[in-house]
Amino acid sequence: MRARRFGTVIGLAVLCAVLWALTPHFLTVSNLLNVVQQTSINAIVAVGMTFVIISGGIDLSVGSIVALSGVALGALLQAGQPLPVAVFAAFAVGVGCGLLNGALVSVGGLPPFIATLGMMSVARGAALVFTEGRPVSGFDEGLRSLATGSVGFIPGPVVVMIVVYVVAHLVLTRTTFGRYVYAIGGNEEATRLSGVAVRFHKTAIYGVSGLMSAVAAIVLTARLNSAQPIAGMMYELDAIAATVIGGTSLMGGEGTLAGTLVGALIMGVLRNGLNLLGVSSFLQQIVIGGVIVGAVLVDTVLKRHRV
Amino acid sequence: MTTAESQEGRTDPGRGAQAATVLEMHGIRKAFPGVVALDGVDLTLDAGEVHMLLGENGAGKSTLMKILSGAYRKDAGEIRILGPSTLREPQGRLEHGRETTALGASRTVDIQGPRDALALGIRIIYQELNLVPHLSVAENIFLGAAPTRWLGVIDWRRLSEMTSRLLNDLGMDIAPATPLHRLSLAQRQMVEIAKALKDRASILVMDEPTSALTSREVDQLFALIARLVARGVAIVYITHRLDEVYRIGHRVTVLRDGRHITTKLLSEVTVAELVRLMANRDLGDHFPRQRTTPGKELLRVEQLGRRGALCDISFCLRAGEVVGIAGLLGAGRSELARVLAGADRSDAGRILCDNNVVTFRTPADAIRRGIGLLPEDRKAEGLVAGLTVARNLALPHGRQLARFGFLPGRCEERFAEPVVKDLRVKATATQPVRLLSGGNQQKVVLGKWLAGDARIFIFDEPTRGVDVGAKVEIYNLMNRLTASGAGIIMISSELPELLGMSDRILVMRRGRIQAEFSAAGATQERVLSAALGLASPAPSGVEGPVPSDPGNAVGVEG
Repeated sequence: MRARRFGTVIGLAVLCAVLWALTPHFLTVSNLLNVVQQTSINAIVAVGMTFVIISGGIDLSVGSIVALSGVALGALLQAGQPLPVAVFAAFAVGVGCGLLNGALVSVGGLPPFIATLGMMSVARGAALVFTEGRPVSGFDEGLRSLATGSVGFIPGPVVVMIVVYVVAHLVLTRTTFGRYVYAIGGNEEATRLSGVAVRFHKTAIYGVSGLMSAVAAIVLTARLNSAQPIAGMMYELDAIAATVIGGTSLMGGEGTLAGTLVGALIMGVLRNGLNLLGVSSFLQQIVIGGVIVGAVLVDTVLKRHRV
Repeated sequence: MTTAESQEGRTDPGRGAQAATVLEMHGIRKAFPGVVALDGVDLTLDAGEVHMLLGENGAGKSTLMKILSGAYRKDAGEIRILGPSTLREPQGRLEHGRETTALGASRTVDIQGPRDALALGIRIIYQELNLVPHLSVAENIFLGAAPTRWLGVIDWRRLSEMTSRLLNDLGMDIAPATPLHRLSLAQRQMVEIAKALKDRASILVMDEPTSALTSREVDQLFALIARLVARGVAIVYITHRLDEVYRIGHRVTVLRDGRHITTKLLSEVTVAELVRLMANRDLGDHFPRQRTTPGKELLRVEQLGRRGALCDISFCLRAGEVVGIAGLLGAGRSELARVLAGADRSDAGRILCDNNVVTFRTPADAIRRGIGLLPEDRKAEGLVAGLTVARNLALPHGRQLARFGFLPGRCEERFAEPVVKDLRVKATATQPVRLLSGGNQQKVVLGKWLAGDARIFIFDEPTRGVDVGAKVEIYNLMNRLTASGAGIIMISSELPELLGMSDRILVMRRGRIQAEFSAAGATQERVLSAALGLASPAPSGVEGPVPSDPGNAVGVEG
């Protein structure tokens, strides 16, 4: 597992080296900070995705939950509610959607793919209905400072990302909850027979994913200074890609957040580099798709040889 | 009693002329890590005979058939098959067997996989049928082999004709276009047989084909078998129902502990002899059971039932006692274990722990009452293979180890190390359990409950796939547990182990408790007879049924 994580770090380093050689603008402090800042939202969503995938599930609804949480946040701010109230509402919407996903999976017995596919459509539709399809904007400066402000030279969104990763890493590696995430993904029946409340914890895992979507929604709304019902399109695919490139097995039972962070950075660096090189956004899609498949293919082949 | 006797059974008065030997398996050996499943087993099969293959659970019947079908590869031994030239058939026709004696010498074959076995004309009908419910009978029979016109378009008319001809040939009255899911279980079984016989099949293996059939369906199946035999197909028939053995069998081979015990004409052997041959064995293994005087009652089960699995189960378990549960596969033993451990719900009767009625909604409820389950399939139910030894051991104890949900650094390893040392698990606490041997994995599953405050242990096949050394360690551990006041329910398919380690033995059959024996009153033959549903050879040795349930006497099932 360690060797594999090392592998993705090498992949990221090689990618950076190549871009550095190809374009002088890549390796500047301002560009690198820009890359990390652009990566932060996908990286945060991918935290929740990592929890869910390690537990043997999948969450296709993260992008739609980002939109719905953001719209809730924006609407309350627009209505003049104080920032803490609006932020709390965004969290409540995100966690609520996540817990509903979890209940459908663990109590309702639906396959995670189906339950979250439904939520993907429902949450997106709710955001569109609620806003009548229009962006919500016109807030005062409070929220905006999250995106414009910085701690030292580190931009606000990156600070949020770092805090999220540190806390989530501790939860995943140092708590009983984290242990059960791995155990459920590794062997759900054995975990249940060991007396672990599997349904409760599975529901909570999707709740964590919803919470991460809400955090991402707050950062996104702050950066755009408006909440859009069509925000977060395709976020689920970016988050799954970051998680899987980071070495988390879609079969469940293994994976790390450090790997996911590297995976998200690879995606971000690649996008940024292709932009700097002037590659058209159409062609970018092809390159990124190829990188995702290639990274997982290498991983799979390595794994086969290890056994 | 020796393999030499098998040579005498070459002619059968019931079948008239001398039949050709279509299959010879000689000196077959197969070992799995820690267990020798087959050791020098012989089996010969004549054209047009039904050869019964008998043995207890784990005697090696399935392993032998899996070697024949190419699912496993043999470690040693020789398989000879009559030359294929005599058996080649046009598709969809069943007229072989007539000329099987005509020509062709047998030759040694190397069956490397299922494809080889198929090419040699070997077909196996498993207990679970491999059919597609939403396709028609014809589509199922010719799945992947349907007649086509150009570009792979299925020639429906020819398919229908071929199917009709095949079904007529076999005397089956089923319309080719019927969707499979409309058929009864017996009809589906016939479709499976037709599928197996659609091209040149000379050897047909049937593994307990009647276990799910009604008696009229069984008659239909036997009529079909008689027709196949008349055509010269050689049939290996595995069953636990001794009445069937005499109804359709010509010869019988008994396996025991992976060894060939005997091959005889059925006209020369009695039921009692067969039971003795299946059960009897050298009691060379020693079981270090140290019996203690039973203490207070830990667990009482009253008229427990679960639809389709358990019916009217009543018994009790006392401190310091090992209660063994015997029975054949599918008798409901593991189902009982799962209900007692809270893994499945019961729908009748009640369970009492320390004289309090308890309801188990989840395994956690049972664990709180001090019940620990060692599941039958440790890989599927006992362990999280990717997690370390320490984390597996700590899994049921997360709540006790954690402070406000947080696990202090290395607390699982500190928790696990004494257990690892105590059970002599040959691994470190930080190794993934995936890398451990069967015996060591089993010790880890045991350790999950030893480390807690379990007092009622349910051991489902505790020594399966475990080497001899680890077996003895597990027995010693059982002694230690009972000496310290715990009670153990032990399910085992190994009769010597059950007899050697239990204080009482319950025999289950078809979801019920068929009989109860004391350690002194139990013999392998009696236990096996009860499990098979036969009258006990010595009813005087049978103790009274448990007090609360007078209807549970021996032979209720008839």
